[in-house]
Amino acid sequence: MAVVLSLKQAVALHVHSGDHVAMEGFTHLIPFAAGHEIIRQGIKHLTLIRMTPDLIYDQLIGMGAADRLIFSWGGNPGVGSLHRLRDAVENGWPRALALEEHSHAAMANAYEAGAANLPFAVFRGYQGVDLPKVNPNIRTVTCPFTGEVLAAVPPIRPNVTIIHAQRADRAGNVLLDGIIGVQKQAVLAAERSIVTVEEIVDDLAAPGFNAVILPAWTVSAIAVVPGGAYPSYAQGYYQRANAFYKSWDAIARERETFTAWMRSNVLHS
Amino acid sequence: MSFTADELMTIAAARALSDNDVCFVGIGAPSAACNLARLTHAPQITLIYESGTIGTRPRVLPLSIGDGELCETALTTVSVPEMFRYWLQGGRITVGFLGGAQIDRYANLNTTVVGDYHHPKVRLPGGGGAPEIASSCGQVFITMSMSPRAFVQTLPFITSLGHGSGPGSRAALGLHTQGPTKVFTDLCIFEPDPHSRELTVVALHPGISREQVQAQCGWRVRFAEPLQQTPAPTAAELDVLRALQERTRLAHGAQA
Repeated sequence: MAVVLSLKQAVALHVHSGDHVAMEGFTHLIPFAAGHEIIRQGIKHLTLIRMTPDLIYDQLIGMGAADRLIFSWGGNPGVGSLHRLRDAVENGWPRALALEEHSHAAMANAYEAGAANLPFAVFRGYQGVDLPKVNPNIRTVTCPFTGEVLAAVPPIRPNVTIIHAQRADRAGNVLLDGIIGVQKQAVLAAERSIVTVEEIVDDLAAPGFNAVILPAWTVSAIAVVPGGAYPSYAQGYYQRANAFYKSWDAIARERETFTAWMRSNVLHS
Repeated sequence: MSFTADELMTIAAARALSDNDVCFVGIGAPSAACNLARLTHAPQITLIYESGTIGTRPRVLPLSIGDGELCETALTTVSVPEMFRYWLQGGRITVGFLGGAQIDRYANLNTTVVGDYHHPKVRLPGGGGAPEIASSCGQVFITMSMSPRAFVQTLPFITSLGHGSGPGSRAALGLHTQGPTKVFTDLCIFEPDPHSRELTVVALHPGISREQVQAQCGWRVRFAEPLQQTPAPTAAELDVLRALQERTRLAHGAQA
């Protein structure tokens, strides 16, 4: 059952060194504030899971929080490389980073299999490409009805999933609206979950009968963090800071400028 | 009216799209081409971005695949698992639009690594949606600027499948989709040869020679006979494209 905590308390209670952590949000609603709190608490040796690592994992990886990354597209969208991710993979700085790499279709199906409590995800994909040669978790299964050979990957079952949402009500029910990505699946697939929200309200004001709502009993902790998705965005609250995404390229390109930025804006903020 | 090579690349790609297309759009040049088509000759085209936005009509080009602009102007927005399962794997997309870091003569693409996978010289972003876009869409268009580092004899890594190693490769994998049918570059337009499946130049852009194309390509280039010339951009095409890019520049710069 969802308990309202401070972000500091929620991370201390639910995120432990060595955990498999999924922090989802497809461009929209990326839980940046929670990522920063993990960095401030010095939590290490994480297996980070996320379809598009984005700036949030560039920051966690550059600060040495991760041993391993499960992902499907590791760039700064529309801008270029994630320089801290590249430095970890190409040069082992600040520590070596093991990769488990998939396609988006595989990750999306794997989250859904996790939420559905299935032993694997099945889909039509990976035909004629090289990823299955370097990722032993990409296998095949033969359809018992048609004989078609299909791709199979393990489900994603994080120890903890962290997402950001527009709002929760006082009972702890959570509303997501807009580009919803894989967040519902990621929360339902996880042992524990933290949801940061823009606000807690009396009435969720759901936009329709089929709104995306996570019932309070599917969430472990809620923390109120206005602006907690910045420089990503929260539809209806604030826009994506595209100018910051562009400026990150210069900040993260060198170890020194990155470290100085993190010290000023995350560690001592 | 004068124009740049990049403008013609985008305009040539836009011309290949029609009102009947349901298009899975990648970020960058593909997004510009798809929206240019929508704002000119194909107002009824359905644009889909992998963030889940279906039938989106953005006023400015998104910087990322999931900008709020896409959701606000979409007919509907679905979850990412639904996007990949029902809409892409379900066979509802007529054209997938891809870019890449490297391409070979059979239009296979690499966006994963340069060098050895486990000890890469350059770690690129990876495949994202591309592997299944390349296999599940009815056909695939590719836009890429030409250079010897991009148009290579042998790919270090196949991220998404084009025509494999030639005739029959896709069918042998059980694929019934066409794969890449057009590659729009800054110098010319390639199409796969109907028999060999090798990328063949079917049209040179105005003022571009065969030698200029060969100089930017790592394999020996074949040219179709007769060889066409890409029509120069019209004033109307250039006006719409430049206005779109100016709106985009102002929108992205203004948000700090």
